[in-house]
Amino acid sequence: MMSVAASRALRDGQACFVGIGLPSTAANLARRLHAPDLVLIYESGTIGTEPDELPLSIGDGILAESALSVVSVPEIFNYWLQPGRIDVGFLSGAQIDRFGNINTTVIGEYAEPSVRLPGSGGAPEIAASCREVIVVMRQRLRAFVSQVDFVTSVGHGSGPGDRARLGLRGAGPVRVITDLGVLEPDPESAELVLTALHTGITIEQVHAETGWELEISPDLKITAPPTEKELSTLRGLKTVGAS
Amino acid sequence: MAKIASSKIQSLPQAVSELVHDGDVVALEGFTHLIPFAAGHEIIRQGRRDLTLVRMTPDLVYDQMIGAGCASKLVFSWGGNPGVGSLHRMRDALGAGWPVPLQIEEHSHAGMANRYVAGASGLPFAVLRGYAGTELPEHTDTISTVTCPFTGEELAAVKALNPDVSIVHAQRADRAGNVQFWGILGVQKEAVLAAQRAIVTVEEIVDELTPVPGAVVLPSWVLDAVVVAPGGAAPSYAHGYYDRDNAAYKAWDKVSRDREAFSVWLKDLKENAS
Repeated sequence: MMSVAASRALRDGQACFVGIGLPSTAANLARRLHAPDLVLIYESGTIGTEPDELPLSIGDGILAESALSVVSVPEIFNYWLQPGRIDVGFLSGAQIDRFGNINTTVIGEYAEPSVRLPGSGGAPEIAASCREVIVVMRQRLRAFVSQVDFVTSVGHGSGPGDRARLGLRGAGPVRVITDLGVLEPDPESAELVLTALHTGITIEQVHAETGWELEISPDLKITAPPTEKELSTLRGLKTVGAS
Repeated sequence: MAKIASSKIQSLPQAVSELVHDGDVVALEGFTHLIPFAAGHEIIRQGRRDLTLVRMTPDLVYDQMIGAGCASKLVFSWGGNPGVGSLHRMRDALGAGWPVPLQIEEHSHAGMANRYVAGASGLPFAVLRGYAGTELPEHTDTISTVTCPFTGEELAAVKALNPDVSIVHAQRADRAGNVQFWGILGVQKEAVLAAQRAIVTVEEIVDELTPVPGAVVLPSWVLDAVVVAPGGAAPSYAHGYYDRDNAAYKAWDKVSRDREAFSVWLKDLKENAS
């Protein structure tokens, strides 16, 4: 459901900065369904790539072979991402807080972490520079926390106006898509509120997996279940080298 | 001229022995594509110690070198087994100091890429619009800020990265040691030009470098050694030569989780020279 909901959030013709895993699945699904002209960009420097199969890594050969252009890593970050040429950035993380800040660095203290995570990669600049950011992650109590242990990528900072004060371009996280529903920042408080539940999920379930007093939108929607076509296309997506 | 140039072509053991020293700052670059595994394995075999290993994406090759005890410090921006999971040897060195303690210096991809660009440009630092609001600058002393002299805007500044030696893998070189590579280009050109010394391993030596669209050519005079190492990027890949061995990346997860399984792997590597 999460991949399908994320794919629906992408519009045809947008330029989309894609990370591996769920974002890559969602973007490739969207390109096969309603957004054939979605421009997929991976941080390995492949622009306008059209892979037949899902890559296992952001630098798989299949991305370069089917790309409109392949550029160096300094170029993808300095010329393409930093000036705000990319419409949508897709992010995920180990923790997200009520203002959409994301942690992919450590759980616990930096010097003595209880879990060492992979680190930032391209995420801080994706969060800072894309016109908008969509976050895709499973909603679990340990991941949806009041405050992240480490700010790797800035969402809405500590509240309204923070992004502008920090000089960050782009709107930041406009939507957090989980396996339970959809959260969006409140225009006044910049705090995430529940705006949609996936079919069959209850508000109680969402509350149980959220580490802060999550507000519920007065216009709470129900996400339409996946269509047959969405499901069959999703099942048809094969990962490179899958056995 | 030709005589001097041809001396650039060396064997891998000779190049590593002459150009990589204990305590050096060493960068092995290659962004998923063209990762110089053979060179990393040779460094393990020669038992280098106390290296500062620099790499944007320390994946399998650095997990192996860290597990073998070559490194005392890691400079990086994303440390994982892409698409598979964690680097367990790196975690063991960071958390438990096994086999030796490992310090880290952590950046974002854009920060690392720009540090190489500054290094290659002969400048002391690079400027980028990044890091604002993140907690990375608090823990990394090669990140600072600078005020734009024209607009007054505060921007991130990152210290230039100039490795003692950079090592990359490429598709081919000519007999004079001019090197050509293409496909996903990563940050290899910048890493080579930023370094004091550079080694390039190649799939093959050809009489003439036929032009390839989008290819990079590094002239032999910016390199110290060119090494013929067919398959030298495996299990990563060399565009036009062989594919990424995704199964090997998945299999590494099991080997690296366990010190004993890793030690068997290491013994095997040392006993089987490439």
